[in-house]
Order: sequence, then C-alpha cells, then structure tokens
Amino acid sequence: MTAADVLLLALGAIAVGAGWRVVITSHLVRAGLWLVVTLGAVAGAYLVLAAELVAWVQVLLYVGAVVVLLLFAVMLTRAPIGASSDLDRPGWTGLLVGGGAALGLGALLLDGYRWQKVDAPAVGSAQLLGGEVFRHWVLPFEVLSVLLLAALIGAIVVSRPAPGDDSGSR
Amino acid sequence: MKYLAQDPTLANFGHDVWWLVLIKVVAVFALLLVLTLFTIMYERKVVARMAVRPGPNQVGPNGWLQSLMDGMKLPFKEEIIPITADKVVYFLAPVIAGTCAFITFAVIPFGPMVSIFGHRTPLQLTDVPVAVLVILAATSMSVYGIVLSGWASGSTYPLLGGLRSSAQMISYEVAMGLSIVAVFMTAGTMSTSGIVHAQAGGAQANWDIFGWHPQAPSWYAIVTLPSFVIYAISAVGETNRAPFDLPEAESELVGGYLTEYSSFKFAMFYLAEYIAMINVSAVGATLFLGGWRVPWPLSLIDHGVLNHSWFGLIWFLGKVLIFLFGFIWLRATLPRLRYDQFMRLGWKVLLPANLVWILILAGIKTTQRTPTGNTRWFVIAGVVVVALIAVFLWPEKKGPEAPSTEQLEEQLAQLPEGSFPLPPLDLQVPPSPRLQRLTGQREPATVGGGTDEKEN
Repeated sequence: MTAADVLLLALGAIAVGAGWRVVITSHLVRAGLWLVVTLGAVAGAYLVLAAELVAWVQVLLYVGAVVVLLLFAVMLTRAPIGASSDLDRPGWTGLLVGGGAALGLGALLLDGYRWQKVDAPAVGSAQLLGGEVFRHWVLPFEVLSVLLLAALIGAIVVSRPAPGDDSGSR
Repeated sequence: MKYLAQDPTLANFGHDVWWLVLIKVVAVFALLLVLTLFTIMYERKVVARMAVRPGPNQVGPNGWLQSLMDGMKLPFKEEIIPITADKVVYFLAPVIAGTCAFITFAVIPFGPMVSIFGHRTPLQLTDVPVAVLVILAATSMSVYGIVLSGWASGSTYPLLGGLRSSAQMISYEVAMGLSIVAVFMTAGTMSTSGIVHAQAGGAQANWDIFGWHPQAPSWYAIVTLPSFVIYAISAVGETNRAPFDLPEAESELVGGYLTEYSSFKFAMFYLAEYIAMINVSAVGATLFLGGWRVPWPLSLIDHGVLNHSWFGLIWFLGKVLIFLFGFIWLRATLPRLRYDQFMRLGWKVLLPANLVWILILAGIKTTQRTPTGNTRWFVIAGVVVVALIAVFLWPEKKGPEAPSTEQLEEQLAQLPEGSFPLPPLDLQVPPSPRLQRLTGQREPATVGGGTDEKEN
C-alpha cells in the first residue's frame, strides 16, 4: 500500500463517517456542517488522485456555495439552537433506498471492471478536462445546462404568486 | 545581468528545502499581521485627514502604534459567552474565519526568482495550475465563519447580520468569479505567476497608426477594463466594506454578526476582515495591475532593471496600498446602500453586464484567431442581431407591488414555534418625512388624557 492508498482510505472513512453523522444528528445546522466535512473529504480524495481542478471546483461549488445556500435557507425559515425532535422519519425506507442504490452501483462497478487495471489518461489538468468536456461531451453538457436553467425558471414560477392574485399566500 | 527578472514557471515550484518553506510561511504570516496593523492605522489616518481632524495621535510616533496597542489589549479583555449560544459552533466560527483569511496569500506572487541563502527560489509560497480557483475557494469558505457566528450567537441581530452577509457574499462572489474569467481567457492560464508573466508586455506591436507602432497596453486592468471595474465593485461587496457594509450596519444591526463576540474571538474576526481586504487588494493587483512588475514608464529604465529580484516586492506592496486607499476613500465618501438596491446592483447589473462582456471578449478572441474566412462576419452579424433584439425587447419598468398588511401578518404567523422574531420581508421604503411635510400630511397625534393606567 502506498501513501496515496492510505490517504484515500482515510479520506473515504472520514467521508462515510461524516455522512453517517449527517443522517443521525438531530441538530439541524450541525447536520449541514457534517455535510461540509463529507464534501470536503471527497474533495481531498480528488486532490490525492491529482485531479486539482475537480477538487477545487468541488470546494468552490459544493462546500462554498451549495451548503452555504442550504444553511441560509435553514436560517431564513427556522434555525433552532439545540436538538429538534421532529426530524426523524422511519429508518427502514432510507435504509432500503440508500442501501439498494449503494449495493447496485457497487455490483455494477465490480462487474464492469472485475479488478482489471485501467490506464489512467493523464492527470486531470484544466486544459485536458476543458478539451474533453467541450469536444466529446459538449451535447450532454449543454443539455445539463438547459435542464438547470429550466429548473431555475420553474423554481421562480412556483415561488412567485400569479400576477393579479392578491389573495394567495406568499 | 544574468538573472534579470527571471519569471518563475510552474516547474520552479515544489523544489524548496524544508527550512526555506518554513521561512516563507512565517514571512507571509508576519507580513499579513503587520499589514493588518498598518491598514487599520492607514484607514483611521486617511479617514481622519478626509474629515479634517488629526486622528489617533497619542501612542507612538504620530500615533502609528495605536493599532498595535489595541491588538495587544484585546486578548486580555473579559470574554462573555451568551447562555443561548451553541458552544461548539460559537468557538468554531472565528477559527474558520481566521484560517480561511490566511490561505489566499499562499499563492500570491511577490516577485521573480530571488536568491535566499544561496538557493534560487520564486518569491512566492507556492503555485498550482489552478491557483486562482484556490483563492476563490478560500473566499467562499470564509462565508462559513460569518454565517455560523451569526447563528451560533443565539441572538437576533447577529442572525440578521449573518443572513445578510451570506446572501451578499454569495451574490458578489458570482460576479467576482465571472470577472476573473476574462483574465483566464486573455492569459490562457489560471496560475498566478503565469498571469503575472502574461502581463509582462513586450508583445509584438500589431498596430499601425501612420507608421507609428505603439505597443498594446499589457495590464489586464486596461485590456479587460469592464472586468476590472466589476472586480473592484464586487471586491468591496465581498469584503463587507462601506458602502456595502450591510452585514454589520451599526445603525441598523448594532454590530452585525459579531455583536456577541468579545475578547480574542472578536480580535479574530477583526483580523479576518482586514486580511480579507488585503487579500482582494493583492489578488486585484496580481490579476489586473501586473503583479510585482514595475509600472510602465519606469519599466523602460535600463531594459527593466527595476524588475530585478527583490525590487518586485516594492511594486507589489505599492499596488496593494493603492488598492487599499481606494477602499478607504470609498468608506470616507459614500453612504451605505439600502439592501434591495445593493442586491439589485449585484444580480441585475453586474452579472448580466459581465456575461455580455465575456461573450464579446470570446467573439473578439475568435476573430483574432481566424483573421480570414467568414468567422469574423458571423461574429459581427451575431452582435448586431443580439443588440437589435435587446433594444426591441427591453422590458419596461413597472413599480413594485406593496404587500398588504394582512399578507405580512400571515407571513409572520406562518413562522414555526421557536423561530427568531424576523421582521416581515416587505422591503418597502417608508415615505420620506420631508415629502410628508411638504404635502401637509401629519402623523396622528397620540396625546390625550385618561388612557394611561393609573399608578398605584
């Protein structure tokens, strides 16, 4: 085992452990903070794999923007200090969905590669990644961006009251 | 001269011996602390001068040791922790704020290759191919310090300050990141030393004005002027400085997110705030003002002898000080914006302007790369069509609808149990008193006998 393997395992353990804490903690804001730890550990794993661009974009977008927005929304609606008792749902559905997805993906990956060695292309530099995304994968990229745009407009439409509708709740 | 202003490349990094790295780390840390102390005094002196008063003049020569004394006094003050605070997060928040503030300077170049104790090394702690992304990531992480401090204090005004601040920093971060995109596109690299190198000038003079071949200006502040303007505005918003200092608006929020902090934790926030200001100044100087390179007329002296080794430090610090002066000047001059005006500026002016500018720049780059063929005409035709559509379909202005009192009451009633008493989110401006006086409207009088309870 090389040092990179040990680091990867440690970061994976941190990510899984913090993810576990996200689910079981009954403090709303602390769950968000554990999510930060999880995403940060995943970014660290990218960094160990020499994918600098992906790692820093992960920190910039997920840690720095998405979770902050999440915390922002929590604080805007309610931000109780201390444990909340009404957060729990029956656990078996979550276990079924999450465990099923993990098992299925794991089986798919194992079956797809069967411990064979794959030659990694080159390190994930920004230039290489940009070339790949905008040459070979430009259609999925554009479709994804249009999807996000549609979701954005949909969110605005849903959250705004219809024009002339004064009686509706805001 | 053999080593005249040798630009470091990415290959020059990562070969330092351990004690050299240690020296650099300690030097950057000390430089930031000293710069912070200096900036506080600089600000107070400049604002005092603009307000025609002497400013602090008691401690040390001309009062210049005042902030040092303040900094030494702060940790010895009594520490007060609110009972309602979430203790863990309350301790964590200043740590996050302080740590994130220091990260940026790890990738800021101070100068070219220099010789330290016989080792040739770049005057920069480290550099990576995506250095500017590291800076942006560190800035976006620093939002946590403010949001969490506001929440963990368990008090209303800090929470409001934290909310305002997170909305503000996220909004202006987007504008800031987009303004830097133009720099990436022009420089073709994201490493800070590479960007400084790309602004070195001396490029081929490709203009021909009646036989005169002037060199194109090399600073990105001139080449990508719209980006520079947007960067400067969003830098002020990002650092919560006046006129965008809504998160700690003293007259509205007592003191904002750090109201409940005292002693050393307060000092950490204060430090983080000033370092953030120095950070955006240093990043602006590096990305837009040519970094450590000497400004234009001076660069002609003896083929750029003033770029040589340690001279870089002088020019870099000079540019940072000019940036900082801009910040202080704004604070001394402009009143604070209203929150909705501020958000409108960020989302409806800076962001679309930025996107349009990036498109135009991309069009220019494309036409430059293929000087022959139809591409140029396609780009020009596209610009014309887009401009025509924009002119014809520009939406007309409509006044905002005022929410009724019932709506606001309903909104308040919908808050769940145990929420902080947020004010209604109406964002309506009350009519100005002067206008009321002019039109003869009066507040209903509240005088009258008999309604007061009798004292027993």
